Amino acid sequence: MAALSPARLRLSDLLRLGGYGLRSRPLRAVLSALGIAIGIAAMVSVVGISTSGQADLDEELAALGTNMLTVAPGRTMFGDDATLPDDALDMIRRIGPVTSATAVGSVGDTSVYRTDRIPPGETGGLSVVAAQLDLLGTVDAELAGGRWLNAATARYPAVVLGAAAARRLGDVPAVYIEGRHYPVVGVLRTVPLAPELDNAVLVGWDAAKSYLDFDGHATRVYTRSIESQVEAVRGVLAATANPRNPDQVDVSNPSDALIAQRAASSTFNSLLLGLGAVALLVGGIGVANTMVISVLERRAEIGLRRSLGATRGQVRTQFVAESLLLSLLGGVGGVLGGCLVTFVYAGTQRWPAVVPLWAIAGGLGATLLIGAVAGLYPAIRAARLAPTEALAAA
Amino acid sequence: MTTVIELERVTKSYPGVTALHEVDLTVGHGELIAIVGPSGSGKSTMLNLIGTLDRPTSGTVRIDGHDVASLSDRQLSALRARRIGFVFQSFHLAPGRDARTNVADGLLYTGLARRERERRAENALVRVGLGDRLGHRPHQLSGGERQRVAVARAVAGDPAVLLADEPTGNLDSASGAGVVELLRELNAAGTTVLVITHDHEIAGSLPRQVPMLDGRVV
Repeated sequence: MAALSPARLRLSDLLRLGGYGLRSRPLRAVLSALGIAIGIAAMVSVVGISTSGQADLDEELAALGTNMLTVAPGRTMFGDDATLPDDALDMIRRIGPVTSATAVGSVGDTSVYRTDRIPPGETGGLSVVAAQLDLLGTVDAELAGGRWLNAATARYPAVVLGAAAARRLGDVPAVYIEGRHYPVVGVLRTVPLAPELDNAVLVGWDAAKSYLDFDGHATRVYTRSIESQVEAVRGVLAATANPRNPDQVDVSNPSDALIAQRAASSTFNSLLLGLGAVALLVGGIGVANTMVISVLERRAEIGLRRSLGATRGQVRTQFVAESLLLSLLGGVGGVLGGCLVTFVYAGTQRWPAVVPLWAIAGGLGATLLIGAVAGLYPAIRAARLAPTEALAAA
Repeated sequence: MTTVIELERVTKSYPGVTALHEVDLTVGHGELIAIVGPSGSGKSTMLNLIGTLDRPTSGTVRIDGHDVASLSDRQLSALRARRIGFVFQSFHLAPGRDARTNVADGLLYTGLARRERERRAENALVRVGLGDRLGHRPHQLSGGERQRVAVARAVAGDPAVLLADEPTGNLDSASGAGVVELLRELNAAGTTVLVITHDHEIAGSLPRQVPMLDGRVV
């Protein structure tokens, strides 16, 4: 009399068994996998999009350089606006590692109009800024059209528009400032490291003094330093710009601001990730529900398999395998969907599309976990079914 | 003659009902037996106990030399996989799968490789006269043919005992007679066969009858 021990189910047979239940009801399988797919797609695309944005920022920063520091007047101890001393720019230029420095000065209380017909007050929020001739090279600005100010036009009424200012004013040959028309000689592209210039209407330093009562005080100094010395330069900039009141000087690094701005959007990302997790949970419940119904409907099949010699463990494994396949179906669909969303979105933003491998692996891992958890209870119920009872159900 | 099935003072009670009262039954190797009786007489309960799908409340059931009471659920499963074949009144065939797959699926728990299962399934189908229906799905087969597929599934693993619970219950008399004839052939080739039936004509045509009434062998 041979000892009785049940044969093991081969893995290939187990997979075929798991797939059998799904193939016999394909629509139900697809619908319940859809919940998982949506959850995984949401999470993968959130991670993918923010990673792509990060990759784009890294590229942008690599192109722009992180060696720009700006100096602006802060406030006095009484809370009034401070000013930079007249020789601040010259002093800054003398700092060894500073490779270039230039200044702009905000021309207070001036408004810019498209024509002299616009009623005063409808200013459009544009600011008139006096610029020096070496501005473009230092802030890495480029012209979208026309030309930059030169030694001649800097002394006479002529303006170059920032990108946003140009959009707001439209395609005008000249703008109207303080009773005088200023021909538009050029338009800038967006300046990532000096976004304040996008809203500016730039006039020559001398022209601002002659026609607009500009007081000649720099309101912002842009500097470029040797990359390795940026921190050292940052340490001495305030004291150099205003030796008497270094605490009335604000020094900042615009690339830090760009990074901070992207970081702010990560709160939004965690919200979306949370929503993805909720969708995943609901998807998991959907899979569990499908499996419970499947077990109820297939009692006769369970009874038959028991009579054919399936152990309780083998019945349980069959249903867990089915649940795993079901959620894996959703997981794979979700990962593909998430990648697609990332690629499309990155495409519209002109970002490099990046989906980190850990997000894909994590997504698939999460679906396997969900499949196992969702399938376990129905599978245990299937295995506990008494064979005679299961057969009688048919 | 070796004993294949041995029931000794077997009782099976459910809450409020006693389905079997101290039944004794001995079946030798190679027998062909009809278990007859009206519904509710305990035929199916006895078949479930012989098939190790259920355990007795008291008494001893010995199948192929194994005392069922001493075996774990896993061991009973192994016993069913290798030594017992079932045929049911309602066939229990998987709807979307062809005859060959249905029969081969019956060998899933024997540990045989897929190719070997399919080879044996084809042999079994040839043996029951369905050699030309291998690729047919259940809905493409007549009732008699479906039951033949079920019989093929039961005997594909070459079991010591074939248990048939009302195998002709859902068939017209011609198909039913064909299935009984098939069981007779299998028996002639060496398989021990137990058939539950309430058709006295079929029962009378088999070598041995075990008449049952109210949970007892009479």
